[in-house]
Amino acid sequence: MLKEVLYRIAGPVVVAKNLAARMYDVVRVGKEKLMGEVIQIDGDKVVIQVYEDTSGMKPGEPVFNTRKPLSVALGPGLLTSIYDGIQRPLPVLEKQMGSYIQRGVDAPGLSLDKKWKFSATAKPGQKVEGGYILGEVEETEGFIHRIMVPPNLKGKLVTLKSGNYTVEDVIGKLDTGAELKLMHYWPVRSPRKLKKKLSPTIPLQTGQRIFDTLFPLAKGGVAAIPGPFGAGKTVSQQQLAKWCDADIIVYIGCGERGNEMTEVLTEFPHMKDPKTGRPLMNRTVLIANTSNMPVAAREASVYTGITIAEYYRDMGYDVALMADSTSRWAEAMREISSRLEEMPGEEGYPAYLSTRLAEFYERAGIGIPLGLEKTGSISVIGAVSPPGGDFSEPVTQNTLRVIKTFWALDAKLAQRRHFPSINWLTSYSLYHEALAPWYREHVAEDWSSVVKQVMIILQQEEKLLEIVQLVGSDALPEKEQLTLEIARLIREFILQQNAFHDVDTYCSIEKSYRLMKLILKYNDLCQNALVQGVHVKTILDLKAKDKIAESKFTKEWKQLLDSVEKEIGKEFAHLHAQ
Amino acid sequence: MKEYKTIAKIAGPLVFVEKTEAVGYGELVSLRLPSGEVKNGQVLDTSNDVVVVQVFEGTSGIDKESRVKFLGETIKISVSEEMLGRILSGAGKPIDNGPDIIPKKKVEIIGAAINPYAREQPSDFIQTGISTIDATNTLVRGQKLPIFSGSGLPHSEIALQIARQAKVVGQKENFVVVFAAMGITNEEAQYFMNGFEETGALERSVVFLNLADDPAVERLITPRMALTTAEYLAFEKNMHVLVILTDITNYCESLRQIGAAREEVPGRRGYPGYMYTDLATLYERAGMIKGKKGSVTQIPILTMVGDDITHPIPDLTGYITEGQIVLSRELHRKGIYPPVDVLPSLSRLMNLGIGEGKTRDDHKAVSDQLYACYAEGRDLRGLVAIVGEEALSQRDLRLLKFAAEFEDLFVRQSREQDRSIKETLDLSWKLFGSIPENELTRLNPKLKEKYYMKK
Repeated sequence: MLKEVLYRIAGPVVVAKNLAARMYDVVRVGKEKLMGEVIQIDGDKVVIQVYEDTSGMKPGEPVFNTRKPLSVALGPGLLTSIYDGIQRPLPVLEKQMGSYIQRGVDAPGLSLDKKWKFSATAKPGQKVEGGYILGEVEETEGFIHRIMVPPNLKGKLVTLKSGNYTVEDVIGKLDTGAELKLMHYWPVRSPRKLKKKLSPTIPLQTGQRIFDTLFPLAKGGVAAIPGPFGAGKTVSQQQLAKWCDADIIVYIGCGERGNEMTEVLTEFPHMKDPKTGRPLMNRTVLIANTSNMPVAAREASVYTGITIAEYYRDMGYDVALMADSTSRWAEAMREISSRLEEMPGEEGYPAYLSTRLAEFYERAGIGIPLGLEKTGSISVIGAVSPPGGDFSEPVTQNTLRVIKTFWALDAKLAQRRHFPSINWLTSYSLYHEALAPWYREHVAEDWSSVVKQVMIILQQEEKLLEIVQLVGSDALPEKEQLTLEIARLIREFILQQNAFHDVDTYCSIEKSYRLMKLILKYNDLCQNALVQGVHVKTILDLKAKDKIAESKFTKEWKQLLDSVEKEIGKEFAHLHAQ
Repeated sequence: MKEYKTIAKIAGPLVFVEKTEAVGYGELVSLRLPSGEVKNGQVLDTSNDVVVVQVFEGTSGIDKESRVKFLGETIKISVSEEMLGRILSGAGKPIDNGPDIIPKKKVEIIGAAINPYAREQPSDFIQTGISTIDATNTLVRGQKLPIFSGSGLPHSEIALQIARQAKVVGQKENFVVVFAAMGITNEEAQYFMNGFEETGALERSVVFLNLADDPAVERLITPRMALTTAEYLAFEKNMHVLVILTDITNYCESLRQIGAAREEVPGRRGYPGYMYTDLATLYERAGMIKGKKGSVTQIPILTMVGDDITHPIPDLTGYITEGQIVLSRELHRKGIYPPVDVLPSLSRLMNLGIGEGKTRDDHKAVSDQLYACYAEGRDLRGLVAIVGEEALSQRDLRLLKFAAEFEDLFVRQSREQDRSIKETLDLSWKLFGSIPENELTRLNPKLKEKYYMKK
């Protein structure tokens, strides 16, 4: 047999000769054994994308096929970890090779030394199959990690023992001879199956007023945040990662800024989960493949992330996955595609761009995992960075076809320091109806109508502003002038939210509802007064409403809003008395 | 070391060599022409059949008789502290008639990525003395903040002013400047040189010059030489380094030129699809590292083609850098220096470097309020053009006046004026004085009580 050797090297794409390979096998390339993946087979030549820099590599160097697809290690120890795109833990890499990421270093995704206390819940003699819960491990304080039978195994449980184990120790055996461990591997490019997929009916509460009220996302739903640079994509993503009510957060920094990842890495350990009061890091897995790290690993990072998300979903948890940004992922595909000299589609992106995007978003959803009777879900929030803020480009367009919630960022709003700079006219959510019963039951009977009224006022404002542009605001009829004022209150008191303020950074749904209600009530009082013949200027001069703003910044918002409501009532009563 | 005479094809800056031994990807190449001239290049693509070499000095004069030698190593630069005060060519050779630099170390110019986990969060406020930067788009140590300019705008002067005035308040050590010129004209280069010399800044600078008439391919290695030097000074010699790269647009043009010569599939506007990744490998070399004293702060300058901010070069840059300073032709025409348009400008790391203990307690709120008032004032100008000032309310008129005063008193400052952050913030409050207290909604009552003065 001929020797398996490198034949050609051109950047991150290399060609090997005489290599027996299947598509997407992981191979070790060159003397330094750099990790790569088979992406094309052509006669006796095999094209490999390499996850590390290939400088200095020569034709004739050896290639070795591991015969395994690119897989991640799944087991206790994922939470609080910080990985690169191919699940190498960054802190371990730092220890091994210093501040810079050098080549040819390998590090296991999970710590092989740490011992976990495993308590078995399944009993020997039981018939088990993929997804069956064998027992539990407390992964981080208060978080139960359920150990499952790997999805592709099946049989009768022969032995299973509680005890202290490392992830590689054998904890039990099946009658087929298969060994069970705390950890198993799963190929990142194959979705893990569910017993049954369901339709989303519960909102993912984000603590961000504009998301929770006007454009909600369901648990198991998919959302996109597109926007030009500087419009606040990353801050929005980080806010969601911090405050949304998922059990697990998977945050993928895909081709983004190093300093921003550092911000996440330094902030998260100090922040508290609003639900449990424990450090946010305890429920988070971070994947950081910054823009200058190898492009092939960037392409893989998104799959690594969603596979980890699926693993926790299979335990019956609600997972939220943030990908910042999917455009960088698409660009990685484009870069590799062009090195393969494939026929390009639109704007140089490969023709399979839309399929890949759809496949990825399809891995989100809510459903019943294989071994459980309760649900688990993955909500995906993908940031999109359209060149020049032009939403007609291929990545945005192909994303729009698959997502249900669209949070459009607007540079104009950002320039006025209106944050979060989500444009309320172009954004949408298709989950309103599916979620309405939940809101009715858990927040208020009239939730849907309140949200609708707020939306209507904002839309009216837009039309009126066009007229104001032409004739000035004083020329508007009094009723319309009032609408403009109410819309301003909605914008400033509800839509604007300060991510950097201790209290305002998170707003409960109850508080959002109360704010909307109060502003609508104020609206009714104003309209009423107007009908009674009070001059619009007199109405606008009333001061009590300005205090609504203060409630954003205090924990005692209930008392404050009660007193403001009373004060507003008094003012109007006084007005009518005159 | 073997020499080959097997050149099969020469196209643009590329030379295709056949029948070689195994050659490493990225290896340095030396070509000896029949005339005796020696040129340098780098391997772009290597296989058993053909090796593609990119020639830095251009391929003119190369024929099939030229001899090719593969040097067995990738491009390296010799670094040393002695480089301070020196002027080097775009390829790192001294061109100031001074002695050779005795290298302390040879370093590969393709820098490895900093492990995000090893990065230190930047948080030291850099006072540039320019109000529009300090107050509203604050620069911090370890940041990369580009200047988006247009042809004919005074970006060089602003860069020079920043290089001259930049300091961290309360710290004595000055910035060391690493200056990389890519494809700029001799005149521009002279301007920088004189600027450095006059202020005595040259002694603490390293200058790399690749001028407009130097080979385009060399432009691709110039910034990497500069950044490698900067990293050496920062992370091994504990210095705080300010890197000025000008002009990124020329760099990208070279990238496109090479891409075209290699017959690659072009992306938007003919620029290669990997331009984002390529630029990222430059910009991401700014930062601070845990446990190391120094820092690399970057100010890349780029001229926007046709003043179009959506052009691929500023667009991709904006997605990588931590904000941008945008210059405005309109302000420049009005005779305002520095013509910084604060509305599209942004500093993403601003919040980390400001506030009590760093600058002043009112900094963030003042900045937000300036933005809000100025944005509204600017919008009103459009309205005035249609309906005239008479149709405006009192409030609108005030904002209109605010926008004018903001440009005239706040944005405008002289080339020598070094405003401290305190002066800048006080000036802002002076401007707020013409607006009634209750209309300043971004400022909380406590701050207003402390600083607000009615006019």
